[in-house]
This record gives sequence, C-alpha cells and structure tokens, in this order.
Amino acid sequence: MSTPTTSRPQRPTAPADPLVAYLVGLGDDALILAQRLGEWITRAPQIEEDIALGNIALDLLGQARVLLSHAGEVEGAGRDEDALAYLRDEREFRNVCLVEIPNGDFAVTMARQLVFSAYQYELWTALRNSTEPLLADLAAKAVKEVTYHRDHATQWVLRLGDGTDEGHRRMQAGLDRVWPYVAELFAADDVAAQLPGVAVDPPSLLAPWTAYVEDVVARATLTVPTPTWHSRGGRRGLHTEHLGHLLPEMQHLHRAHPGARW
Amino acid sequence: MQVDVDTPPPVEEQQLRFDRMIADEVRIEPRDWMPEGYRRTLIRQIAQHAHSEIIGMQPEGNWITRAPSLRRKAILMAKVQDEAGHGLYLYSAAETLGVDREELLDLLHQGKQKYSSIFNYPTLTWADMGAIGWLVDGAAIMNQVPLCRCSYGPYGRAMVRICKEESFHQRQGFEILHTLSHGTPAQKAMAQDAVDRFWWPSLMMFGPPDSASTHSAQSTAWGIKRFGNDELRQRFVDMTVPQADVLGLRIPDPDLRWDEATGHYAFGAIDWDELDRIIRGDGPCNAQRMERRRTAHEEGAWVRDSADAYARKHAAAATTTSDAA
Repeated sequence: MSTPTTSRPQRPTAPADPLVAYLVGLGDDALILAQRLGEWITRAPQIEEDIALGNIALDLLGQARVLLSHAGEVEGAGRDEDALAYLRDEREFRNVCLVEIPNGDFAVTMARQLVFSAYQYELWTALRNSTEPLLADLAAKAVKEVTYHRDHATQWVLRLGDGTDEGHRRMQAGLDRVWPYVAELFAADDVAAQLPGVAVDPPSLLAPWTAYVEDVVARATLTVPTPTWHSRGGRRGLHTEHLGHLLPEMQHLHRAHPGARW
Repeated sequence: MQVDVDTPPPVEEQQLRFDRMIADEVRIEPRDWMPEGYRRTLIRQIAQHAHSEIIGMQPEGNWITRAPSLRRKAILMAKVQDEAGHGLYLYSAAETLGVDREELLDLLHQGKQKYSSIFNYPTLTWADMGAIGWLVDGAAIMNQVPLCRCSYGPYGRAMVRICKEESFHQRQGFEILHTLSHGTPAQKAMAQDAVDRFWWPSLMMFGPPDSASTHSAQSTAWGIKRFGNDELRQRFVDMTVPQADVLGLRIPDPDLRWDEATGHYAFGAIDWDELDRIIRGDGPCNAQRMERRRTAHEEGAWVRDSADAYARKHAAAATTTSDAA
C-alpha cells in the first residue's frame, strides 16, 4: 500500500543510497516515456501503430515497475512502486529530460524513440553483466524488448526520411527537436560512478550508440543535428517545464484518495 | 469435387448448393459462391463490429494516462491494445468478402457505417473502466459467443479468439469494481455511480426489441444470427444480477425482481428513445469520438504516404538490382 503524502520530505532530496538513486533514475526514464507513449493510443497514424506504441509503452512500464519496486525494497522505507510513481513531486523525479518532452508529431515521437531505444539497447546490453542480480536479470529480458523497439523506430525513421518530401522535412524537424536532449543521456553521472560493477558508466555507451544512430540517419538521407543548447540535470531532479504538466495528470486520482487500494 | 473454373454452374444451382450448406451447418468460405445479400449483410455487420472495436478504444484510452496504480495502467493499456487487435482481425475477415480496410474506414469517417452506440457515452471516473469491463464487455460476450458459430467461416473463427479475450476483460472489469466496492466509501460511491450510468445503455446493446428489429429474420435464416435480441438481453440480465450481489452494488432498476413463474428476472422498461437519439448522432460523445478518429486518420496521412513512397522506391530499387544481376 502507498505511503500517505504527508510522509514526503519537505525538500527534494536525492536518495542517500546510490543503488536506490540509480534504480529510480532508470525506472523513471521508463515510466515517463511509457506515460508519453500511452498518450498516442487512439491517435496513431494507423491501427498497427496504436498497437505497436502500446506494446512499447507496456514493455517500458514493465521495466519501470521492476526497477521502482526494487528501489523501494532496497530503500527499506516502505515505499512500493506506486508510492514512488504517484507520491513524488517533479524535483524528486530522476529521469533524463528526453523522455518527458511532448510527443509532437509522429516524426518527433519516432526521433525520440530511436534515440532512447538505441540508448537503452546499449544500456541493457551492458547491464546484463551487472553484479546486482536484479539488474542483470531484468537486462536479459529488456534487451530483447528494446531490440524490437529500436528496430521499430529505425524502420520509421527510414520510411519517413526517405519517403515523401513532407516525410523527409518532418523527420529532419523531428531529429532537430530531439537532439538537444541527447548529450544528457551520456553525461558522466555521480551515482553510477559510486556503483562500480553494478551500474554502467554512461559515457561508455556513446560510441556504440553513435555508430548505430548515425548509420540510420544517413540511410534515411537525413542529417545529424548539431544543437546549440543541451538539456542537463534530469538525474538531479532538474527538469523541463513539461514534467510539471505530465505528473499531475498521472498522479491526481491516486493522490485524491490517500491510502486507498486500487 | 470436380470444378470447371471456366464455366461456373448456373446461379440457380449455386444458390441450391449454398442453401444446402447453410441447412447442413457447413461453413461458407471466402471462395464459395454466396448470394449478394449475404455478402452485403456480412460486410455491414463485420465492419460495424470492427469499427466498434476501434471507436471503443477511446472511452477506455481516456483513462490510460490517469490509471490509479501502475498495475492498473498496464492492464488497461493491454486491454485497449487487444481492442485494436480485434479491430484488425475483423477488418481482415471483412476483406475476405472483397472490400478493403481503407474503404471501410472511409465509410466510418463519412458517417455511412456505424459503430456500437455504447461508446458514445463518456467515461467520467475510473470506476467506468470497471463498469465497461463488467457490463459492456459482458453484454458484448453474450452477443458474440453465438457468432462463433456464424455460417461465414472467417467471421466465426475471428470471434472465437475475440470471445476468449473479451471474457478476460470482463473478469478484469468485475475485479476493478469489486476492489472499489470493498474500498473506501468514496470508491464504493464511484463504483455505484458507474453502474448507475452504464446499466441501461448496456441493455440497449442487444438492439431494439425483436418486434422492431429490421435485419433479424434474414440474418437468422442465413445462420449469421442465432438468437433474438430479447432472448440475449434476458440472458444477460439473468447472468448479471447475481454478480451485482457479489459486488455489493445495486442495479438501478426499481422494477427488477425475480419472477418465479418464468424463471427469469423481470426488468423495467428500456428508454428506446434514448437509443434512437444516440443512433441519430445526438449522444454525449458521438461528435467527439468521430472527430478523434478522423483527426488521427487525417493527421496520419503524411506518415502513411511516406511509408508507401518508401516501399515503392525500395521495391523499384530491388527490381532494378535483380534485373542487373
């Protein structure tokens, strides 16, 4: 059962245990992107895409639930997955900013998905060797899921980039919209640095990610953007303004009935 | 059987063979000869059923972003995804009759084909996810189980799979309401309110009384329809009332009572004017549901066009390569 809202800390604090912080960060990435993808359902360009986006969202939600549940167990303060998902405020969320940006059109969503799924592919591939058994087990399953997510996004970036003129224009605009949020995924992270063998050092994922993504962008006849500004700080609870709109929608019903079971 | 493909047998003979197959309960398959009326009836019915699945994603999709626990969010997302899948099987079944999905979607978007009126009611609270699963999916199952034996093979087979998933959805809906009705007073009130709003519309899902149903007699003769609207509605009431007791929720019908003489529950008069009004387009969400569907389709046009252009370009490239080889 969820902890009542009154037990939340007055000021946002990072979890003291680096493992908790790491699990929450990865869990929040998956949770927030699942929430965004869920917004697409009934709005997709074709029924097959309603199903595919729903599938990806469900996989991510599944990852989030394992990660947040385990974070709650390690923390030992009685918080379960719902307490973590529904009863934290935006400064306590640890996701990268990429996952919280609005869906935009289908090209923006596919650009974001290519970037994120290619990142998660490298992440989970590396985490299969984590010394934390839960992470290694989850990684073995998740890498299969994200292989499909990455392929799905790749196929769409190719179809849109190398299809019609409008598709090309919109897909390039989608990449341009998303690229400022890329560097944050690979920024060195204090939490990961405190967990050798358990966590993955984000900068180590950049080279294989770049090789994969740049090949897709080139095959799609598109250009890798060179953004002038970059997001930073999601892992420290510093978000875009968008998260403050996403969370109330996700959390309001749960919070309106403190202590209720659903 | 020897079939001469060049000179088909005369229509009278084909009609006799079709009638015999119907009489013997032999499935009609896509390549079999069938009367034009049978084909048109099936296209209308299967398309309406497919459209109902697709439009029916909206009232539940309305709560995906707000589901009150992560477990419920996952279940709801999977359910809405199942509905999209049902829509796809059904469009495929209709396509075996010589139409394609694009044509059927155009007819839906132009308002020339219908979908179930139940989806023109709004989902105002979380408990509506329970009421839709328990009542709306429950009524749908009652209607659809007999369709598993429909004389047209592809439709009957699609329905077998759909019914299995629907009965799972119905249990999920029941469980949502059970949890709410055994929760806080506010949760229980939310559950009762949802049942109050969805009970009568669910009874309307079986269609007008048999005496006023326009398509029933011919569909029954063709082995498409197996039971009358009133009979199915009665079965639904008989099944559902005891379940309401288990839930601890009240059915909003002061005339509802067990009738010892008939062995059925007697229930109050249905407001058929309400159903007529919604069928005419004057329901709370008709315009909203159609607008969402049309907007998704129109805003997705450039995506589908670009995918087609890409496929053509790469098919052409593959042909050129193989010519060169």
